[in-house]
Amino acid sequence: MNAPLRRVGIVALVLFGLLFVNLNYVQFYKGTITEEYRNSPYNGRVRLDEYKNERGEILLGGGVIVAKSVDTGGELRYQREYPFGPAFAHIVGYKSIHYGNAGIEYAENDLLSGKSGDLFVNRLTGMLTGKNAAGGSVQLTINQKAQEAAFSGLGNRKGAVVAIDATTGAILATASTPSFDPGPLSSNSGATAQEAWTKYNNDPAQPMLNRAFANRYPPGSTFKIIDSAVALSKGLTPDSMVKAGSEYRPPQTTHVIRNAHPSICPQAEVTLKTALTFSCNTAFSRMAVEDLKAGPLSNQAKAFGFGTKFETPMVSVASETGPLDDKDPAVLAGSAIGQQNVTMSPLQGALIGAAVANGGTLMKPYLVAETQGPDLSVIDKANPGVFSRPVTPDVASGLQEMMVSVVENGTGTAAKIPGVKVGGKTGTAETGAAADEHGWFVGFAIKGNQKIAVAVFLERAGEGGSREATKLAGTVMNAALAK
Amino acid sequence: MPRTPTRRNTELLLLLGAIGIVLIFSAAAEAGSAGEVTADFWVLPVMLGLVLLAAHVVVRFVAPYADPVILPAVALLNGLGVVFLRRLDLGELNLKDRAGLSVFSGLGFKQLIWTLVAIGLFSALLIVVRDHKSISRYAYSLGLAGVVLVAIPAVLPSSLSEVNGAKLWVRLGPVSFQPGEFAKVALLCFFAYYLVRKREVLSLASKRIAGIDFPRGRDLGPVLAVWLFSMLVLVFEQDLGTALMYFGMFVVMLYIATERVSWILIGLGTFAGGAVLAHSMVSRLQLRVSIWWDPFSDARGKGYQLVQSLLGFGTGGLFGTGPGAGQPTIIPEAENDFITAGFGEEIGLFGLTALLCLYMVVVMRGLRTAVGVRDSFGKLLAGGLSFTLGLQVFVIVGGVTKLIPLTGQTTPFLSAGGSSLMANWLLIALLIRISDAARRPVLATPKEPLKLQDAHTEVIRT
Repeated sequence: MNAPLRRVGIVALVLFGLLFVNLNYVQFYKGTITEEYRNSPYNGRVRLDEYKNERGEILLGGGVIVAKSVDTGGELRYQREYPFGPAFAHIVGYKSIHYGNAGIEYAENDLLSGKSGDLFVNRLTGMLTGKNAAGGSVQLTINQKAQEAAFSGLGNRKGAVVAIDATTGAILATASTPSFDPGPLSSNSGATAQEAWTKYNNDPAQPMLNRAFANRYPPGSTFKIIDSAVALSKGLTPDSMVKAGSEYRPPQTTHVIRNAHPSICPQAEVTLKTALTFSCNTAFSRMAVEDLKAGPLSNQAKAFGFGTKFETPMVSVASETGPLDDKDPAVLAGSAIGQQNVTMSPLQGALIGAAVANGGTLMKPYLVAETQGPDLSVIDKANPGVFSRPVTPDVASGLQEMMVSVVENGTGTAAKIPGVKVGGKTGTAETGAAADEHGWFVGFAIKGNQKIAVAVFLERAGEGGSREATKLAGTVMNAALAK
Repeated sequence: MPRTPTRRNTELLLLLGAIGIVLIFSAAAEAGSAGEVTADFWVLPVMLGLVLLAAHVVVRFVAPYADPVILPAVALLNGLGVVFLRRLDLGELNLKDRAGLSVFSGLGFKQLIWTLVAIGLFSALLIVVRDHKSISRYAYSLGLAGVVLVAIPAVLPSSLSEVNGAKLWVRLGPVSFQPGEFAKVALLCFFAYYLVRKREVLSLASKRIAGIDFPRGRDLGPVLAVWLFSMLVLVFEQDLGTALMYFGMFVVMLYIATERVSWILIGLGTFAGGAVLAHSMVSRLQLRVSIWWDPFSDARGKGYQLVQSLLGFGTGGLFGTGPGAGQPTIIPEAENDFITAGFGEEIGLFGLTALLCLYMVVVMRGLRTAVGVRDSFGKLLAGGLSFTLGLQVFVIVGGVTKLIPLTGQTTPFLSAGGSSLMANWLLIALLIRISDAARRPVLATPKEPLKLQDAHTEVIRT
């Protein structure tokens, strides 16, 4: 009987072998490699597990906490809290049971939750000591004063503000209104979260839309900075004479381009500086069609960041010029004054200002200054990098001269800050026949080594919108400059 | 003549190691689920350890040559089971209440008590039955008892026998037990005896068809009887797992006894036929098969349990979440059929593989005992017991990992429940008894090595 017993032994080994092979398939292949089972929508474990760990904080410089986890003692142990509520909502985002994460809570989730590879040693000690591993912390580049100035300055209006340190690309403020309270959305109570989610999503004002990063709008006359950059790069100076006049009719069209008011640039010729200072539509449209041409214009826009989705690590939309073609002068003429298919995010507006302020070098924008382990050890520090050099230093100083003239003598006087070199460009963008215009201001403030760039956007703010935007830009830049 | 080592000290050492692992597991499970190691973490493992040491002492005196690995391996499984059940008790509570749960409550403590009873039975069997061959005297009684035990839940009204759709229980007030667990051991003894007696007629007379020796028609009788019996179990108790177990163990023992592959072919063929037949008749079986085929098609409904089991295994991955740190209580019946899914989530692929290797070691040691023991009855019984244990592990672990359709079986030594623990500890007692005979030096026993005929004659004489 021994021979069959040995064979039965082999059969038993085969049966166990099948179990092992299948377990490898379930636990290693489906569980670890594809993570299909781990990440299945039916799997409540990972979520419960995530809530068991103390999620890291989101901080500002100086240790100000804008997002933290508090111990509830419940089954979902830790709950997210946001001490500043709506003011930082579009930056920190939310962390919801049902609706996923947004903002930095989304972009830095691996670090905050402790899943990041950078925290491996931390997890290992957690595993050995049986303690739950806490997540790492994220320190933002946001300047609290500038952010609060931006958020309260926007007030009840719809709009967005972005302020950037032009020398590094660090984002100092980014506000979008109307805003939302991330607290209820991040509640561990599913009902509270659902109620908040429904309320915000049904609000026609779209409070959860990040207007600064995630949407783009016609930039209006702020686009003339790009026209001017091309003009200066072609050898013109701020004092070169360009054709103006109260009307310009591009070839092959009946649509006539006029200035915002008959008193603007009625002369046949004005200097380039004057054209920008008083925002001469006829001068820039004619110049774009006759001298600058479609190719150089769209290349210049790309060099300033159009067409790029910036990862800060919160991802922005890419701004667009739409197709520009010399064979379609009507579109080109309209695009040169920021209409037609040109759309720009407020972040992109601030980047134009930053490139000009920083001598023609555009730094990559970033929101995270530093990441820290749960023991507050520094994991990673932001390393500022150059995104592009859209214009030469000479052209940049020409642009600065012209934009300072806008603030000193032209449409942007509301942005003036005593003792500070402030430059910029206003914009009033038409949004269709019956609707109110968007108001814009794109500019910079230079004080010693400090170079702050800013973009303010006011959605459908109407006639006085650009002046309001200009005023707010001054306030925000002033706040950012204060040490 | 050199003395054959008894290896009892090896067993003691391994047993102490097993108790140590259970202690560490208990501390880790408390730290993981309650956030702290309570002052009582050692109570269950140490109580269990004392009982196991007592079992070791019994073995030392009444089965000194027994295999030294079987008892520690089973002890470790049982210990991990007790601690894991306590861990499930903790998991049912709110976080802040967990550290305060008394060790003398819940499934964990209940399982410890059942373990005490089971080890008591284990010791009693070893003390009373000093020679496994004496069991063959009661073979027919055991066979009858087995059939009756299997039949009881089937004939009882559902109110007294049905749990979760399977009629496997006898429920009398607060006490309920699964007679089928005991029937398994009783029937094994009967099969071993019957097949040793009939092995010659079953193996010699045959027709050769296509190179394989097939038995004569009239010798098919016993197979047909067991087949019918299994099918009746399947139809009346709606339990494919148990039917598969009985049939599998019978066919394998038939093969061991006769050394004929044809029996396996016939066995597999008839079982497959019966299963297909039953599939068309038993709705519960159709449901089980369709869940097995695609559990995710109704992941929140009928497939919920299996889906959650798979997701638990998957979440565990290679290393697991760590003892106490997973969410095994999400799976309904995590303390019974699905206890391996809980282990898979918390100790991962590596830990679970090690755990299954413990079963494999017991099965392999048992088969080695069968090869080593000198009498045919002992060979057949040890082979049958070992293989049946392995088959049960395969059926239940294969079921919860979606390798085969899920059939309600307990996981030996891990699942909550007294019947399963007692029956399986009795099974281990038999294996240890036979292994003692297998390793005992020939000269130590005055009798000649037994031949089959002798064993048979002896039975009649006494």
